[in-house]
Amino acid sequence: MDVTLKVWRQKNSQTPGKMVEYKLSDISPDMSFLEMFDVLNEQLAHKGDEPVAFDHDCREGICGMCSMYINGRPHGPQTGTTTCQLHMRNFNDGDTIVVEPWRALAFPVIKDLVVDRDALDRIVQAGGYVSVNTGSAPDANEMLIPREIAEEAMDAAQCIACGACVAACKNASAMLFTAAKVSHLAVLPQGKAEHKLRAERMVAQMDAEGFGACSFTGACAVECPKSISLDHIARLNREYLGAKLTSNNV
Amino acid sequence: MSWVTTTLSSSLGRKVVMSLTGLFLCTFLVVHLVGNLQLFKGDEGRAFNEYSYFMTHNPLIKTISYLLYASIIIHAVMALVLTRQNQASRPIKYAYARPEDNSHWTSRNMGILGTILLIFIVIHMRTFWYTMHFGPITLAGEEIQAGSIPQVTYDGEPIKDLYAVTTFAFSYLWYVILYVLSMAALAFHLVHGFQSGFQSLGLRHKKYSPLIEGIGTYVFGILIPALFAAMPVYIYLKVNHILF
Amino acid sequence: MIDVLEEQETGTKLESKIPEGPLADKWTKHKFNLKLVNPANKRKYEIIVVGTGLAGASAAATLAELGYNVKAFCFQDSPRRAHSIAAQGGINAAKNYQNDGDSVFRLFYDTIKGGDYRAREANVHRLAEVSVSIIDQCVAQGVPFAREYGGALANRSFGGAQVSRTFYARGQTGQQLLLGAYSALSRQVANGKVKLFPRTEMLDLVVEGGKARGIITRNLITGKIEAHSAHAVLLCTGGYGNVFYLSTNAMGSNTTAIWRAHKKGALFGNPCFTQIHPTCIPVKGNYQSKLTLMSESLRNDGRVWVPKTKEMAEKVRKGELKAKDIKEEDRDYFLERRYPSFGNLVPRDVASRNAKMVCDEGRGVAPTGLAVYLDFADAIKRDGRKVIEAKYGNLFEMYEKIVDDDPYETPMKIYPAVHYTMGGLWVDYNLMTNIPGLYALGEANFSDHGANRLGASALMQGLADGYFVIPYTLGDYLATIGPADKLPVDHAVFKEAENGVKETINRMLSIKGEKTAEELHRQLGHIMWEYCGMARNEEGLIKARKLIQELKEEFWSNLRITGTDQELNPALEQASRVADFIELGALMVEDALNRNESCGGHFREEYSTEDGEARRDDEHYTYVAAWQYKGPNQPEKLHKENLVFETVKLTQRSYK
Repeated sequence: MDVTLKVWRQKNSQTPGKMVEYKLSDISPDMSFLEMFDVLNEQLAHKGDEPVAFDHDCREGICGMCSMYINGRPHGPQTGTTTCQLHMRNFNDGDTIVVEPWRALAFPVIKDLVVDRDALDRIVQAGGYVSVNTGSAPDANEMLIPREIAEEAMDAAQCIACGACVAACKNASAMLFTAAKVSHLAVLPQGKAEHKLRAERMVAQMDAEGFGACSFTGACAVECPKSISLDHIARLNREYLGAKLTSNNV
Repeated sequence: MSWVTTTLSSSLGRKVVMSLTGLFLCTFLVVHLVGNLQLFKGDEGRAFNEYSYFMTHNPLIKTISYLLYASIIIHAVMALVLTRQNQASRPIKYAYARPEDNSHWTSRNMGILGTILLIFIVIHMRTFWYTMHFGPITLAGEEIQAGSIPQVTYDGEPIKDLYAVTTFAFSYLWYVILYVLSMAALAFHLVHGFQSGFQSLGLRHKKYSPLIEGIGTYVFGILIPALFAAMPVYIYLKVNHILF
Repeated sequence: MIDVLEEQETGTKLESKIPEGPLADKWTKHKFNLKLVNPANKRKYEIIVVGTGLAGASAAATLAELGYNVKAFCFQDSPRRAHSIAAQGGINAAKNYQNDGDSVFRLFYDTIKGGDYRAREANVHRLAEVSVSIIDQCVAQGVPFAREYGGALANRSFGGAQVSRTFYARGQTGQQLLLGAYSALSRQVANGKVKLFPRTEMLDLVVEGGKARGIITRNLITGKIEAHSAHAVLLCTGGYGNVFYLSTNAMGSNTTAIWRAHKKGALFGNPCFTQIHPTCIPVKGNYQSKLTLMSESLRNDGRVWVPKTKEMAEKVRKGELKAKDIKEEDRDYFLERRYPSFGNLVPRDVASRNAKMVCDEGRGVAPTGLAVYLDFADAIKRDGRKVIEAKYGNLFEMYEKIVDDDPYETPMKIYPAVHYTMGGLWVDYNLMTNIPGLYALGEANFSDHGANRLGASALMQGLADGYFVIPYTLGDYLATIGPADKLPVDHAVFKEAENGVKETINRMLSIKGEKTAEELHRQLGHIMWEYCGMARNEEGLIKARKLIQELKEEFWSNLRITGTDQELNPALEQASRVADFIELGALMVEDALNRNESCGGHFREEYSTEDGEARRDDEHYTYVAAWQYKGPNQPEKLHKENLVFETVKLTQRSYK
């Protein structure tokens, strides 16, 4: 199949970028979207042009590194799928495909389609952990956790921090990301001890990074490759409000 | 900053303020609707006028009404603050976006809908609230004019005839259309807003959320705006002797 | 006893430092004998940790908790993206929660046997011992392991083990364990005890006075070459499966850190020991960039088969015949036929080799001829679609997304793919390489899996090394050298290393040839897979030796890199990694040629029984092959660490 690509090219964070058009022919429908980009990059390199920089690593949908905004949607048209797992058979011969980087104040463009997502790490550093030193843990079965609680925690914990929620949100809000971590630890007994502090600190960091507020449009949950639910955002709201009203931090 | 200001200046705290004021306005709508339904009573407006008198003279209602005005203002100002923050969080827009694939139009345009409603509220309050409170009294035998209010005497007590103001206003087609369109905006605003208010407070549960969604959609999204919209239409048709 | 390997020429000694005493007491005794660093002194030490996977993140977090100052480096944009995240199946631990006869000794025994008796007894026993604490630690961190309804931890059996000792979190165990370690690491970043360097790649090790002194890195965004000095350097950089170009590894997984350390004097242990995983999605076309693993658990219910005849397979490949139209009597369930007692559940290496064998006979079923069926029709008939969906639903979905075929209707097509490398830097019992102050943890070292790794053991080893071994053994070294024994970064030896790195980069950029690193990497992959893959023979290996030499020459004369070194330049990163892969490939071939036996993942066709089974040679090859770099284009020197088995009796594995 033949496709026309319109790709955002930007040399570095200081230089303004623009959309550049490329034509690709003889693309196999079995290729993944990133393999199609590999083909483009090989062609560019042979012409002496600079290949398009994009983030990718595991190419099996779990590392969260790939991050393209494809035809108006993060990770492209197929829901529950990362860009690396998106295949060309989801497009038609002759299609024009627009590819842009994630757009958010908190995700500055580094080059072409590569953005800086350190803000998400900093939100976790603000409190997305259980403070337990190695070696101080009791026997694993001393704390019984009902299956449904473990499953609920797992639903939230499977976030891959790709940032699609931010990219999809009209407010570039990181609520689903932050909520997934707060929720994962809030439902488990291990996370209870510091749940108030965690919610307060992580939300403060999220705001400080320049993400927007939640408008409950639900776009994040639709575009999340791991289908993380809005239930977790409600839990974050509850956790935060509860913490603000009852914690000892004046 | 104290914990109160920290909370109120956080994005989540601001959403809580939006939620509390919004939900309060929702309860007001119910009361307002119940009262206004007196318009449909075929008693030449007596029940409606007595209800209006009660609402403007009961001290408790008066107190609540100040809370109401404050809610409208806080809701609007906070919305403005949040909108600015939200817009700043994406300084460079996408060249090509398809938000319709992942979210409803209403949820993404609460600001526009809210602005329409705010303009409506100003017009609405000028027409009725201001006239009721400060409008000149139309003298007996004089024709009613925009901005003035006649009096009516029930059981020997003269009270302001808001019913006359209402029928006068809704005798104009353009005014009726304005109201119907505004109620459409209200419908869209509430379809999203009611549910969203509960979400912001963290009130979401497998068992109860379907009920909240149902009330948000069918009661606040359809029934209430439709009944409100029916009033000007009914009066227009009645005054102009078209149907009734 | 101390196992000493002799450097024949110079007489210097390399010691495995295995403690004396009974196997079960060695680690406890050793921990007591190790020197301690005074708590107040710990903050005077700097530790460099390269790689933030299970081994790296757990080590960095734990050392920081103890009070050391840690610098953690990764080439990804966040430490949470290290490839440990992709591990699906689970993590073994000898908890015996199922009361089914598991014990530390049984886990030790299974691992030694599974590794085909090419691992150190003492290391493996320690691994089995600490496995228990790993689960406790991860649960305390909030890792949401699968649970029974009553709230106790659930287990499953895995990889042919006869007990249920595998803990799991859906099909994302690696992800959850890594996020646990990452959260511990994040906590230490917040505490100011760990400084993170994401998007930073280690390009050289600095050695001075025989000790590891620091590293040279490249900032992948700005291209800046920087020197970092420390009291000790921990390499936790994972495996080198990408030497085969196509593998289940992440695109960025590479050998550069350990290879450059090797070139600075660290011995490389058993480089040819590679694990080929039997259940991967087959290659589709030349454009393919990576292979996707389908969990091994599928073999619990799927039946592996190919058509009985070449002719029929030919028709399948052309699309003239469909799998479900092939009659039962025309199918060859080759694993069940050849291994009646284990059937489809034979270990990974055996399953892989047999798939290759039937495809070599011309009975493969994909258009490429390189695939066998994994059929769930019988399981669906027996248990119903619902049950199969509950067990494998997400895997089937993933398969369908990639292949566009519905595995409920048509059998899956699978083929083996490179998955894990048991080889790595040679380390002693303390995980220290032969260079004092340089450590290797996790898949980057050679230590615990012998010639074949059992399922669900990689996660266990990574975390054992990081959480429970290195915090003890590193202290011993640091207490010995003292806090003053650290060089400033402006020391000549750092400048020299920096210049060396810059020179290599400039040399690559100045070639301006015709082939991209991607193309050269793919060529290397073809050579390695063809001659040093699932089955190897002397003739092929000698041919590979020549082909790799030619490829190396082509690389250094015909490489094409666009862009500069002063910016984010993925082509340059790849070229730098491919250069190292080519050299490593050559060493793997030498190691495979040297090992005239078949053991675990290393199958030499000349050393097999009449019916094609592996034949080990314990008399001559019960040793670790540790290779020493002797300079560019010089043959590497082989050192042997003899493996002494005091507890386990060596037997031939049989799954018939």
